[in-house]
Amino acid sequence: MTAAPEQVDVLGVAREQVLEGGVGLSEEQVLDVLRLPDDRIPELLELAHQVRMRWCGPEVEVEGIVSLKTGGCPEDCHFCSQSGQFPSPVRSAWLDIPGLVRAARQTADTGATEFCIVAAVRGPDKRLLSQVRDGIKAIRDDGNDIQIACSLGMLTQEQVDELVAMGVHRYNHNLETARSHFPNVVTTHSWEERWETLRMVRAAGMEVCCGGIIGMGETLAQRAEFAVQLASLEPDEVPLNFLIPNPGTPYEDYPVVEGPDALRVVGAFRLALPRTILRFAGGREVTLGDLGAKQGMLGGVNAIIVGNYLTNLGRPAQDDLDMLRDLSMPIKELGKAL
Amino acid sequence: MTATGQAVYCGYCGQGLDGSDHAACARRLGVVDPPRFCAACARRMVVQVTPAGWTATCSRHGALDSAR
Ligand code: SF4
Ligand SMILES: [Zn+2]
Ligand SMILES: [Zn+2]
Repeated sequence: MTAAPEQVDVLGVAREQVLEGGVGLSEEQVLDVLRLPDDRIPELLELAHQVRMRWCGPEVEVEGIVSLKTGGCPEDCHFCSQSGQFPSPVRSAWLDIPGLVRAARQTADTGATEFCIVAAVRGPDKRLLSQVRDGIKAIRDDGNDIQIACSLGMLTQEQVDELVAMGVHRYNHNLETARSHFPNVVTTHSWEERWETLRMVRAAGMEVCCGGIIGMGETLAQRAEFAVQLASLEPDEVPLNFLIPNPGTPYEDYPVVEGPDALRVVGAFRLALPRTILRFAGGREVTLGDLGAKQGMLGGVNAIIVGNYLTNLGRPAQDDLDMLRDLSMPIKELGKAL
Repeated sequence: MTATGQAVYCGYCGQGLDGSDHAACARRLGVVDPPRFCAACARRMVVQVTPAGWTATCSRHGALDSAR
């Protein structure tokens, strides 16, 4: 008689490997976590929270974002209502400098330490970069010393250097999904082109913010693949979005990610990326409702976008700030590294 | 709110409010979306979302903003 093979419990292994050792889960291990039954989700989230407290600490990084140039993007990212290739109701618009200064002030007033300026473009041109430069100067002239991040698409080396010279300290550029799934989501540029921008950003000394969107038709195995691909990039921050099916986009009829699946993703990404800032971003409202923020913050997330997103709305910033106070999670102070 | 005119069109999908069901549209407007279509003329509006709210401008009927 041969004994049945002993089942290795992935959370038991993760306790040793990730919580004690600080070593992120492998792709196979992440997949095991993503397949955990619903009744083990509380245990997963508790472990993910312990990992976050152990390797990142109790502080939460709060950030606000604004769209400087909305809509009319030439790329075809199938989830995006700002692509000019789909009949989305989003119209192109530019935010003027006073509007940008106001948005930065609204963000700083919440106690946030990070303000991200975003543009819907393949990459910046001279006009956009000069708007960003003037905008940053105007924000500083307003007496606002909030840290400034940018998300302006793919960059050349020269543009990377320009952004560094402007004092941009973090650059956001999402890989969006697993490398094997990317060609199904975007056809106008490649995953490798995105990776190249991230490499230059890192080499120039800017912090790297890189995440993606869950719920774009990827398999569980591809979610696991994505988590370890992100981990291999060693980003400073990973924003985690859940698809909001936007009208006019090819994904408008996609179902939203189910709450339990979203929570498994949150826990699994924390266990794959024990030391990274893991930011709750778009889609948590549709996926998890108001409770979602709290479950995520107690499940490994240690950063949050407060207020609205770029074209969609979030819940009021004050609700999230009240929640952080209730959870006794201090907001990271300006100039202090997490 | 400075826009004028009666609400005849759905701000989410731009279709007429009479007849068809806009409950799903109302849910999206209540949670994650600013209005995209003018309620008086169904033109697509220029919408700017900011950390604290949104503004939506119809070229004919003027601007709306969130109270938030
Ligand atoms: S590059 Fe950015 S703005 Fe353009 S379609 Fe893709 S996600 Fe949207
Ligand atoms: Zn409608
Ligand atoms: Zn109108």
